[in-house]
Amino acid sequence: MSLSKQGMTRRQLLSQSALFGAGFVIGAGFVAGKASASNWALEVEHLNPGTMATLIQMARDIYPHDQVGDQHYATAVKGYDTAEAAEGVEAGVAALNDAARGVGYARYIDIGWERDRADLLRGFEDTAFFQQVRGGLVTGLYNQKAVWPIFGYEGESFSEGGYIDRGFDDIHWL
Amino acid sequence: MSAPFDLTDDSVVVVIGTGAGGGVLANELAQKGVSVVALEAGGRYLPEDYINDEWESFGQLAWADPRTTSGDWRVSKDFSGLPAWIVKAVGGTTTHWAGASLRFQDHEWKAHSTYGDVEGANLLDWPIDPREMDDYYTRAENKLGVTRTGGRAGLPGNNNFKVFEKGARELGYKAVHTGRMAINSADYDERPACQQTGFCFQGCKWGAKWSTAYTDIPRGEATGNLEVRERCHVLRIEHNEAGKVTGVIYADADGNQQEQKMRVACVAGNSIESPRLLLNSASPMFPDGLANSSGQVGRNYMRHVTGSVYAVFDQPVRMWRGTTMAGIIQDEAVHDPSRGFVGGYELETLALGLPFMAAFLDPGAWGRELTTALDHYENMAGMWIVGEDMPQETNRITLNTDVTDQHGLPVANVHFDDHPNDVAMRDHAYSQGKAVYEAVGATRVFPTPPYPSTHNLGTNRMSSNPRDGVVNTYGQSHDLGNLFISDGSQFTTGAAENPTLTIVALAIRQAEYIAAELGRQNL
Ligand SMILES: Cc1cc2nc3c(=O)[nH]c(=O)nc-3n(C[C@H](O)[C@H](O)[C@H](O)COP(=O)(O)OP(=O)(O)OC[C@H]3O[C@@H](n4cnc5c(N)ncnc54)[C@H](O)[C@@H]3O)c2cc1C
Ligand code: SF4
Repeated sequence: MSLSKQGMTRRQLLSQSALFGAGFVIGAGFVAGKASASNWALEVEHLNPGTMATLIQMARDIYPHDQVGDQHYATAVKGYDTAEAAEGVEAGVAALNDAARGVGYARYIDIGWERDRADLLRGFEDTAFFQQVRGGLVTGLYNQKAVWPIFGYEGESFSEGGYIDRGFDDIHWL
Repeated sequence: MSAPFDLTDDSVVVVIGTGAGGGVLANELAQKGVSVVALEAGGRYLPEDYINDEWESFGQLAWADPRTTSGDWRVSKDFSGLPAWIVKAVGGTTTHWAGASLRFQDHEWKAHSTYGDVEGANLLDWPIDPREMDDYYTRAENKLGVTRTGGRAGLPGNNNFKVFEKGARELGYKAVHTGRMAINSADYDERPACQQTGFCFQGCKWGAKWSTAYTDIPRGEATGNLEVRERCHVLRIEHNEAGKVTGVIYADADGNQQEQKMRVACVAGNSIESPRLLLNSASPMFPDGLANSSGQVGRNYMRHVTGSVYAVFDQPVRMWRGTTMAGIIQDEAVHDPSRGFVGGYELETLALGLPFMAAFLDPGAWGRELTTALDHYENMAGMWIVGEDMPQETNRITLNTDVTDQHGLPVANVHFDDHPNDVAMRDHAYSQGKAVYEAVGATRVFPTPPYPSTHNLGTNRMSSNPRDGVVNTYGQSHDLGNLFISDGSQFTTGAAENPTLTIVALAIRQAEYIAAELGRQNL
């Protein structure tokens, strides 16, 4: 995922940004991966960049796959950056942050252990916000063709003539 | 050449729905020279149109009109608006189906006599002699090109099958093979052999798997006696004072209401829509719905005792490669009450792609317990349970007048509670399935809950006594002589086997009966 905001490069953007939690940088109207190796950034129009970064972290905490990069979680939730959705998402993330303060952290994103974030999320399980985000991820994350190869899933095979000559019965360890 | 019949032509047989039941019936009648108008709510898609992508295909083919659910089944919680995963298209659910084609066992036609009274179950014997079905089954197998019947070879086993077979043999199971499948193992009936592409559930792009969409329907049309009107949704069935059905009101592709006159009506909209249509056709003469003097319309809804067992191994399986349902264990299909339940079940391999696996492995779950399973998707094998469930009067399709569809009609509510026999059978099957995979070294096993129903049965059941059911042995209404039920809703009981071969065999038999009765001027 790349960002072309006002024609700026990622490097130019990052020069005007701040760290947000452990994995993200945010700046005016964008969220990006922190690691210098990461090549993604997400422009946000309706949500606060910090809210979007929290949402990305929440997405990972709901369906954690360590081999799947943040850009795929960002793709899965970027659809919430709309005029209609923004209010609900801001409120939902604010509630998460309130709950985090209740257990001694400034924000949800500041909670260090995934286990502690998951415990906190469990208290939100029955909220419409949590269910909306979780339900959306089922397709938003796992129906991204870009993540399929990470799980070894090959998708359609018709265009290659099926598996009849390409290993439908190639199991060797039985 | 399709034959355009006039809306006022009251000599035609109207078939409602073009799936396994309706599609076969329409063709069989057309072959005998009977004029048929088939009305199908869905559009027409052929192999070149099918999409080998799970969600996109779902969007293309699935019945997505609103429905509601109730009862203790988990589907009602996880998929409250989607009680069933079935198709709205020319060809009906034969586009989606996996192709497993099994005959009932003799005793399953006589469930009440065999199992006795089971508390809470509304068991009944079918008003059919199993011997009478032999020939119809053979004709159905030849029509579908079922492997391992009629001299046709079995399919080769894929990776998912090999894991399953090895585990089954370790456990001592004997009846283990690559199934009797309506999938060509060699060129047959102008259709090619299976290319092991996977995606049998999304429509077979090779046409190796039988579907009415590209077999019976075009052949019926080629006779000049069958007209299929697609995107025509039947809203109600009209009758006269003499208690005969006279016409159907439907919404055409442009949303305009039309009435097709007719001599005979055959309802084949699947076990949710068929009773809904009869209930929505209530009139002053039939205030409880058409054909419902018994009060059984919509009742005894069955969906098979289902569930899946997935397992993770320390090495790759790649179960998605090749036929989706690639083999079967039949040893548990017998009736052996010493297991703690009546009736039996089959175990059949099943594979889901990653997108559906994420949605169905443990619906609603989140966190590491689920995601570490998906992390090993490549190392997963899977099987599906299909067993006989108990007909219960309270498991039923009713009209939900609080919710209406795009035509303003009350939608179907599907109520389902498991019977204790169903629960005992499912638990037994889970532990056997787990044992199969552990015998080949599974490191983790998942007893996966039932999906939205793919087999929908029993809601207009056959009975010899009009008090006990909706139709007679030929699927003919006990109340209105020229109204027939031609789909899985006429099932008296569900048996352990996947239903479609029996739906097709019954449609062939019904077509003979209707043609003969028309010839005798009885209809
Ligand atoms: C994923 C999947 C896998 C399956 N695998 C197997 C298998 O391996 N073996 C097996 O035996 N079975 C299998 N089945 C089940 C099989 O597909 C069904 O049992 C069979 O298709 C049911 O036939 P039917 O005629 O009752 O209904 P359908 O085939 O569902 O046809 C009903 C048709 O009626 C139309 N219709 C409904 N209402 C109206 C209306 N009011 N007006 C006009 N048209 C209407 C629908 O659009 C549909 O096209 C599977 C099903 C699914 C979903
Ligand atoms: S695996 Fe075989 S039957 Fe299934 S879709 Fe592919 S070619 Fe068709």
